[in-house]
Amino acid sequence: MYQILKQIIKTGIKTEAPPQADESLRLNMQRLQQDILDVFGGALAIRHVDAGSCNGCELEIHAVNNAYYNIEGLGIKFVASPRHADLLLVTGPVSRHMEVALKRTWDATPEPKLVVALGDCACDGGMFGESYATCGKVANVIPVDVAVPGCPPTPTAILQGILTAISAKK
Amino acid sequence: MPITHPGLQLTRLPGAIPAWHGRIGGADLQPICRNVRDGGGRLVALWGSDERAQGNGYALHVALINETGLVCLTLPLHAEQPCYEDIAGIFPAAGRMQRATYDLLGIYAQESGDHRKWLRHGSWQGGSFPLRKDFDAAASRAEELDSYPFVQVEGQGVHEIPVGPVHAGIIEPGHFRFSVVGEKVLRLEERLGYTHKGIEKLFESMMLQQGAKLAGRVSGDSTVAYAWAYAMAAESIANITPPDRALWLRALLLERERVANHLGDLGYLGNDVALSFGFAQFWILKEQMLRNNAALFGHRYLMDAIIPGGVAVDVTAEAKRVIAEECDLLEREVHVLRGIYEEHAGVQDRFIGAGRIEPKLAAELGLCGLAGRASAQAWDARAQFPVAPYDKLDVRMATYRNGDVAARVIVRFDELFESLRLQREILVNLVHGDELALPLEKLPGNGFGVGLVEGWRGEVLVALHTDADGNLSRVHPHDPSWQNWPALEHAVMGNIVPDFPLINKSFNLSYSGHDL
Repeated sequence: MYQILKQIIKTGIKTEAPPQADESLRLNMQRLQQDILDVFGGALAIRHVDAGSCNGCELEIHAVNNAYYNIEGLGIKFVASPRHADLLLVTGPVSRHMEVALKRTWDATPEPKLVVALGDCACDGGMFGESYATCGKVANVIPVDVAVPGCPPTPTAILQGILTAISAKK
Repeated sequence: MPITHPGLQLTRLPGAIPAWHGRIGGADLQPICRNVRDGGGRLVALWGSDERAQGNGYALHVALINETGLVCLTLPLHAEQPCYEDIAGIFPAAGRMQRATYDLLGIYAQESGDHRKWLRHGSWQGGSFPLRKDFDAAASRAEELDSYPFVQVEGQGVHEIPVGPVHAGIIEPGHFRFSVVGEKVLRLEERLGYTHKGIEKLFESMMLQQGAKLAGRVSGDSTVAYAWAYAMAAESIANITPPDRALWLRALLLERERVANHLGDLGYLGNDVALSFGFAQFWILKEQMLRNNAALFGHRYLMDAIIPGGVAVDVTAEAKRVIAEECDLLEREVHVLRGIYEEHAGVQDRFIGAGRIEPKLAAELGLCGLAGRASAQAWDARAQFPVAPYDKLDVRMATYRNGDVAARVIVRFDELFESLRLQREILVNLVHGDELALPLEKLPGNGFGVGLVEGWRGEVLVALHTDADGNLSRVHPHDPSWQNWPALEHAVMGNIVPDFPLINKSFNLSYSGHDL
């Protein structure tokens, strides 16, 4: 126990200031309603769905949880079920084998809900495009509010995308 | 010669990795496989190709490995009845590969025990095969819901827990079907293929350099290993050797990928036994390393840094200083954290004995990579088939016998420290003034090449075939997860359901690299 405490004290606080929202990432203006933001208040529950990614975006979503970005410190947490979620964070070109699962996850998420498409593949199909095996971008399968490009997007870009989704339009 | 068999002619493939290629007849497949297995060898990969454009039928390719090197065998198959003798009875890991090869190409193993589909769910019709050159994607579309006959376990008090494809955590999609009594797992059956993106088909429409980008996105956590294996295969066909400096840099990148992934896993393994301190600490270290990667190489995960012919990045004297400092920091901090993990009774109580795979079972299943080394399977391509620059680095392989979560944790710690040593050695040896890459835009026609790289998870193989014009006619990337996913089913047997996430994490297998 002594070693653990010593290490924690030595490490100190690493958390950095979060990025500002970026309106240019927003795809869907209509869906943003003041009542959604009122419901969310300062807390947000995210359900992540890998709809066919290469696992690169997942590495950066993990990183968003590390001490530097400390997403939980902003009142945002990842939850285990879409039924508990306010926002779906979707990665990958949507593989045809994940199409039904993604739609069902979206259906299972209670209104009001938001969707952030994460990474180049989720934004426009990326390298994989549309083929016998993929449906391409996430917006081809479920409505998307904010799209964050990058291969993979940096943790700062991910945070920015999430914060944009839940920020009021200025 | 790595293997001998009556009438078998092997030709040495050019390139750094000791690899041979030969053509065999249908009756030779099983005896050769048995011969290799009895000599302590393993199956690395199995794939097929459509050769009808060349006036032939199809071909089955198997890559076997023994202590001498890699042997790639090509078995021509009839166009009308493309079948071969089942080898899953010799190498259990072949089972799913054979099923996947049927789903994608329509060539099949005779008298195999399992004819269920594997990579195909419901999105293209059974009886149409994406990797055939005349595949019509539009006409083959199907919208049927996936139905898959899982093995049923019956008995008093047995019930099933279906999990996935959307999991509770931030991980890739797959389906796990647990048959349990109370908390105890009687049986686990995996269903994968959810992230199938048509990668192999996509390769066939790509130019060589563009294909390198795709290879780097087969499994995002192993981008360096895949890009290197792809480049190695291309360089073998072109019969060129990249500049010395490029090779040293490749090894530097590969070791950095290994360290970053091991740091992440060690953090999550702490997290999964409720030591969130471990997650916080290891992920601080990982983040520092990723930031250094971004600053020094332009990408946090080192994507697109390796290209056929060489590398697309360089290190300056300043970069060397940063890496040396980082190695010192990691050595110091990970040493402290290892001490904390090892002395933490709660952590060790969960680690020790969980998800055990005995060495004998590991050998039968062909368990490979770090999970294999934790079960006494002493295979590490960096040590056994050291391509430059590993031939000058004398890699020390980490092996343990216990085969449990604790052993897989210790292997990660050992390999992490060894990787730090290797990085320091590489920095010292990095020759200056050399070029970074040889131009390589186009490959010779009718070529075959193979690359094998020991990634952090295990051996990554990429096989390349070119057509008469030198275009990519078939590219097969193979992830070590193919071998290790079936072993996970064995590892969880008899454990309790709540230990599954921990055991699964200790293997940390790839879905995307497997589903292709």
